[in-house]
Amino acid sequence: MVSKKIVLHFPNKLVDQPIVYKLVKDYNLKFNILKASITPKEEGLLVLELNGEEKDYKQGVNYLKESGVKVQPLSRDVVRNEAKCTHCGVCVPICPTAALVVDPLTRKVNFYNDKCIACELCIKACPVRAMEVHF
Amino acid sequence: MAKTIKEINEKIKKGKAVVVTAEEIIDIVDKKGLAKAAEEVDVVTTATFGPMCSSGAYINVGHTKPKIKIGGGKATLNDVPVYAGFAAVDIYLGATALPDEDPRNKLYPGDFEYGGGHVIEDLVAGKDVKLVASAYGTDCYPRKKLETWVNIKDLNEAVLFNPRNVYQNYNVAVNLSDRVIYTYMGTLKPHLGNANYCSAGQLSPLLNDPYYKTIGIGTRIFLGGGIGYVAWHGTQHNPTVKRKESGVTQAPAGTLAVIGDLKQMKPEWLRGATFHGYGVTLTVGIGIPIPILNEQICKYTAIKDEDIWTQIIDYSENYPQGKGSSLGEVNYAQLKSGHIKVQDKDVPTGGISSYSKAVEIANTLKTWIKKGDFLLTEPVASLPGEESGYTFKPLKERPLDK
Repeated sequence: MVSKKIVLHFPNKLVDQPIVYKLVKDYNLKFNILKASITPKEEGLLVLELNGEEKDYKQGVNYLKESGVKVQPLSRDVVRNEAKCTHCGVCVPICPTAALVVDPLTRKVNFYNDKCIACELCIKACPVRAMEVHF
Repeated sequence: MAKTIKEINEKIKKGKAVVVTAEEIIDIVDKKGLAKAAEEVDVVTTATFGPMCSSGAYINVGHTKPKIKIGGGKATLNDVPVYAGFAAVDIYLGATALPDEDPRNKLYPGDFEYGGGHVIEDLVAGKDVKLVASAYGTDCYPRKKLETWVNIKDLNEAVLFNPRNVYQNYNVAVNLSDRVIYTYMGTLKPHLGNANYCSAGQLSPLLNDPYYKTIGIGTRIFLGGGIGYVAWHGTQHNPTVKRKESGVTQAPAGTLAVIGDLKQMKPEWLRGATFHGYGVTLTVGIGIPIPILNEQICKYTAIKDEDIWTQIIDYSENYPQGKGSSLGEVNYAQLKSGHIKVQDKDVPTGGISSYSKAVEIANTLKTWIKKGDFLLTEPVASLPGEESGYTFKPLKERPLDK
């Protein structure tokens, strides 16, 4: 079994297609929507957590790519601009998944992007705008 | 044996001064004892890097041809209004100022993307900044409009002058209400969702000199990456708050007004900052050396996080309504552990002031002093102390229709 978080970009021609339905029906994948937004006539963005057999997951992602959906791993979604971060720590209690944690020795804030669910709460909580969303 | 600042400066000039940070002195006193530590160590460096809203810069932009009197008129830098109530081309840019067209919190809770603090950072970074001014025109200053790019290197003077920085201790902010609140202490989640604090604790300047024995008017300091001076006690200076036996205040107390040449400063130590739903400010890096003149001063500098206590304040009701009651007292070791107990609830903590950046400043100042680039100063006058009776008073409002 695999469990992966991915970011899907739907070009406008696909926005009205039942793509996620096919992931369930044809590839037996369970999905959990972490974020969704559609700009009519432009593009759709969907952040999904997919669960299923490794083989099914690979085939499902292939299906997405062949359909014209751009697929990215979620870890590239929220990034920290290292030059801007002052390591104050105000983001730490805001982060719901402990992806932002103070190192007790260096007193610097570590960002574990594998734990990040791209909820974006840190984006506006950061006084120096060091947390950035990259689509 | 007691030392004088003059003697310490002689050692600094010869490159022989023993300089340590306020973090390092703790272990030295623990290992060697107070008497030996006080004898061996000459200077302890303290530092802080946090948002300080009462900050700003005064600037002389130089005269135009024909001349304009911005004084009494209006001016903006990158669309951020500046104070123009001085002579012809002197202006003051405040850290919290916002462009007139900024929606503020009309779009709740308010993004506050750019303001005075950011203009100061851009100026210091050497970026061109747009100056727009309008005036009423006089016989000696006929010009009425000015629009130009300016750069810090071309300004006659650019001086950082902050009326209140370096708070001696600060509140821990929590939210007892059932909605998210947006404050200068960060976003506070409902029902004690988080507790935010803002002090470098054991590294913080005035917590290491609780009775202002060495820090006074004229003290030379690290300010925003350059050299500055203590100009006066800061606004809201409040030395009479309650203290622990160590002398350390248990609530916000003393403050400093500081001044220094903005042209020498560095953008990494003067950072524009935004508090979501609150506004903009300037994060200021300050380092202050403490000369170890005797054992007592050495003892003050060896203060540890676990011995510095502060008050937990509800920012949903108590703070905005000006009710002073504290929900309890915690120390900085507890705050830095990541969790504190408030009303029997385990509450995660968040910092507003960067401890790791404060360590960097304390080490930079240490290097400057060791290399002989930075000499200590005798204060010209003392700050009002506990015995002065100087206090921070609320405004007594009086109705106008009398």
